[in-house]
Amino acid sequence: MWPQVTQALRLVPEQASTVAGQVDALFLFLVAITVFFTGLIFLLVVVFALKYRRRSDDERPKAIHGSLVLEAFWTVVPLGIALAIFVWGTYLYYVISRPPAAAMEIYVVGKQWMWKLQHPTGQREINELHVPVNRPVRLTMTSEDVIHSFYVPAFRIKADVVPGKYTSTWFEATKTGEYHLFCAEYCGTSHAVMGGRIVVMEPAEYERWLTGGASAESLPAAGEALFARLACNTCHKSDGSGRGPSLVGKFGKTERLASGETVVVDESYVRESILNPQAKITTGYPPIMPTFKGLVTEDQLLQLIAYIKSLKMDGQAKP
Amino acid sequence: MSDAPHEPRQHYLNCDYSVRSWLLTTDHKRIGILYLVSISAFFVLGGVMAGLLRLELLTPHGDLVQAETYNKFFTMHGITMIFFFLIPSIPAVLGNFLVPIMIGARDLAFPKINLLSWYVYTLGAAFTVVAMVTGGVDTGWTFYTPYSSTYANTNVILTALGVFITGFSSILTGLNFVVTIHKMRAPGLTWFRLPLFIWAHYATALIMLLGTPVVAITILLVALERGLGIGIFDPAIGGDPVLFQHLFWFYSHPAVYIMILPSMGVMSELVACFSRKRVFGYAFVAGSSMAIAVLGFLVWGHHMFVSSQSMYAGIIFSLLSFLVAIPSAVKVFNWTATMYKGSISLQTPMLYAFGFVGLFTIGGLTGLFLATLAVDVHVHDTYFVVAHFHYIMVGGAIMGFLGGLHFWWPKITGRMYPDAWGRLAAVILFVGFNMTFFPQFVLGFLGMPRRYHVYPPEFQMLNVLSTAGAVILGLGYVLPALYLAWSIFKGKPAGDNPWGATGLEWHTPSPPPTFNFEQTPVVREEAYAYDSQLEGHRV
Repeated sequence: MWPQVTQALRLVPEQASTVAGQVDALFLFLVAITVFFTGLIFLLVVVFALKYRRRSDDERPKAIHGSLVLEAFWTVVPLGIALAIFVWGTYLYYVISRPPAAAMEIYVVGKQWMWKLQHPTGQREINELHVPVNRPVRLTMTSEDVIHSFYVPAFRIKADVVPGKYTSTWFEATKTGEYHLFCAEYCGTSHAVMGGRIVVMEPAEYERWLTGGASAESLPAAGEALFARLACNTCHKSDGSGRGPSLVGKFGKTERLASGETVVVDESYVRESILNPQAKITTGYPPIMPTFKGLVTEDQLLQLIAYIKSLKMDGQAKP
Repeated sequence: MSDAPHEPRQHYLNCDYSVRSWLLTTDHKRIGILYLVSISAFFVLGGVMAGLLRLELLTPHGDLVQAETYNKFFTMHGITMIFFFLIPSIPAVLGNFLVPIMIGARDLAFPKINLLSWYVYTLGAAFTVVAMVTGGVDTGWTFYTPYSSTYANTNVILTALGVFITGFSSILTGLNFVVTIHKMRAPGLTWFRLPLFIWAHYATALIMLLGTPVVAITILLVALERGLGIGIFDPAIGGDPVLFQHLFWFYSHPAVYIMILPSMGVMSELVACFSRKRVFGYAFVAGSSMAIAVLGFLVWGHHMFVSSQSMYAGIIFSLLSFLVAIPSAVKVFNWTATMYKGSISLQTPMLYAFGFVGLFTIGGLTGLFLATLAVDVHVHDTYFVVAHFHYIMVGGAIMGFLGGLHFWWPKITGRMYPDAWGRLAAVILFVGFNMTFFPQFVLGFLGMPRRYHVYPPEFQMLNVLSTAGAVILGLGYVLPALYLAWSIFKGKPAGDNPWGATGLEWHTPSPPPTFNFEQTPVVREEAYAYDSQLEGHRV
C-alpha cells in the first residue's frame, strides 16, 4: 500500500526527455492561470452571495445595465493571455515536430495489439525499445491495421500511427531507466495492453546490447536482398540504363513529375511508388511499373526504404 | 392577470388522461414531458454503465468484466449519454416546454413536426437499444475508422443507423425553434427583449440544423464502407482514415455547444431571477452565444493535433480554439457581475447555478490546456481529456439541466419540491462530481490513457478516489429523482410565480393551460425588468 501512496502523491510524471521540462513549465503556467481565474470567480461569487444576500422579500435592487468598459476589459485581457499561451504552445510544438538532422532512426509498425520496432542495424524488438541516452531518436511509424498512437508519457511525446502512411515523432532521452510505452488511440479489444517499455541505456551499454543479440542483418542489407528478390533491380539499374530511374542518390531530392509538379522523395513517396506506382510518375519514364500491393509487408517496405536511403551518390550501399 | 384560484382548473396535464392523448399530442408541453421520460430512461442506462466502468477501474486488473465487455460499456455509455441524453436534454425538454411560452406563443411553429421529432428519436433509440441487447458495439462513441468500418466485430451498422436516425429528431427540433423564434414572438417582443434562454436556444438550433446533417452523412459513409466495401476511410481499399476524423469532428465539436449553450441560457435566467437583477451586459451575453455557435464550427481540428494532420493546420485550429474560449469567459464574467448589488437568494436552482459557474469555469480553463499544441501532445487521449469534457458536459450541461428543471418544475407540474432536499442534493452533486473527476486530471497528466480496461498499478490510488466520488455523485442523482417524483403527488401547490421571476412563463398559471395564455400577451419592456417588477405589470 505504501508505495502506492507515495506514487499517488507524486503529481508530476517522470521527466526523461529534453522537451519534458519545457512542456511541464507551460503546463504549470496554465495551472496557475486556471487557479487564478477559478479562484477569482469563486471569491466574487461567495462575496456577492454573502454581501448581497436577500434580507427581505421586498428588495428590488436597482438595475445595472452593464458597462462597455468592463466588457472590453474582460474580453481583451483574457484574449491577451490566450494569445500568449498560443504562441508559447505553438513554438514548443514546432520544436517537438522537428527531429534534429542527426537523429538515429527507428522504424515502428503498430498492429493489433503489439508494437514492432526495428533498429537500423537490423535488431527487431516487440513491445520494447532499447535506446541510448542523450541521443536524438527519430521514429518513422506506420500501422498494419487500425490507427494506434505511440505514447511515452515520460518523454511527453505522442503521435498517431496511421495505416497507409508514415508518421513520425522524435525524442532525446535524458535519463537512463525504463519508461511506459502506451497505445493512446483506442484500437480494439486489447487496446489497454498494447504497450511495453522504453529502456534508456548508457551508450556503451547500448552498444553491448546491440551486439549481444542474435546476429541480425542490417535493414539496408535486408532491403537490398529484397530489392533483388522482387526483381526491382532489373528496371531500377544503378547506372540509369534501366527502364526505370536509377534510385542512387534519389532519397531526399526533389523530382519533377510527368504532370509538371514536383515531389520530395521521402518515405511516403517511396511507399506510394511501390504500392501505387501510377500515382506520381517521374518525368521521362513510361508508366509501366506494376504494383507491389499485397506482395510486400509493412516491415519489408521499411527495409526497402532503408535500402534506398542508403544508396548514396557513389553508388555504394552503406550497411 | 392570471391570479388563478387554486381550484380544479383545466390545464395541459389534466385535460385528458388517456394514453392515446399523450402519444398523439401536438402540445409542445406534453412533448417536452415525453422527452423528459425518454431521456431520463437513457440517463439511468448510461449512468449504470458509468457505474460499472468505475467499479472495474477500482483495481488495476480486469477483475469485474472482460476487455470486450469493458469496451462495449464505455462505448454505449458515451453513445447513450451524448446522443440520447445530453443533446436532447435541455432543448427537447425545457426548450420544447418553454420556448413558445417565453415568447408568448400558443405552440411551436410546426406542432406535428415536433411530435414527429419525438417519434424519430424513439425509433433511433430503438435501433440503438436493439444493437446493445443483441451484442453491443465497441468502437467508442467516436466510431474512428478503419476500426469501425473494417475491424470491429460488433453491431456497428445497427448502432450507426440508430444515431443517424436520431440526428433527424435534432434537425427537426432545430428547424422548429428557428422558425418559431423568428415568426411567433408576441407583439412587442423584439429580438433584444428576448430572454437569454431564447437566444441560447436560437444559437443551438442553428448548430443542430447546420451540423447534424454532416454527422449523419459521415455515419452513413461508415455503414456503406462496412456493409458494401466502398472504400472511403480504409486505406486498404483506397480510403483515408483521417478524413473520417475531419468529418466526424466537424459536427461533434459543435455538438459540445449543442449541449452547453442551452445550459448557458438556463444560467442567465437563474442568475437574474435569484439576484433580482437584469443580466449584466445582456447584449454581450446574447452575442456571445452567437459567437460560440459560429466559431464552434471552425475548431474541429483541435481534436487532431497528433492525428498526422499538417502542423500548419494544427496551428490555425489552435488559434481558433483560443478565440472560441473568449465568449465563454465573457459569459462567466457577466453572470458574476449580475450578482453585484443584487438581492441574492440561495434557493435550490441558484445553488445549481453556482455549481455550473464553478465547474464550467474549470472545464473551460482546462480546455485551454488542450488547445495548447505542445501540452495537448502529452495529454491528448488521456484521462485529462476525460476529466475536461466531463467538467463541461456533466459539470456544465447537466448542472444547467438540473438547475433549469428545479427552476421550472413548479411551472411544469404546478407543485413545489422540498427546497431543503433540493439544496442538499445540489451540494452532494457538487462534492461528488469534483471527487470523481478532479483526480482524473492528475491521472491524465501522469499519463494514464483513456479507454483502458487495465492500467499500471501506480495509477490505482487516484482511480479509487474517483470511484468513491462516483458513489457520492450517484447518490446525488438519486435524490432529485425521489423528491421530484414525491412532489408530483404530495408537493405544495406552487402558484403562478413562486420565485418572483419576470418572463412570460410566470404570467400564466402553473401548470399552464393547453394554449398557454388566455389572450396573447403584449410585451412593453425588456427582459429581466426586476427593478420595475410589480404584480402583473409586464403583461
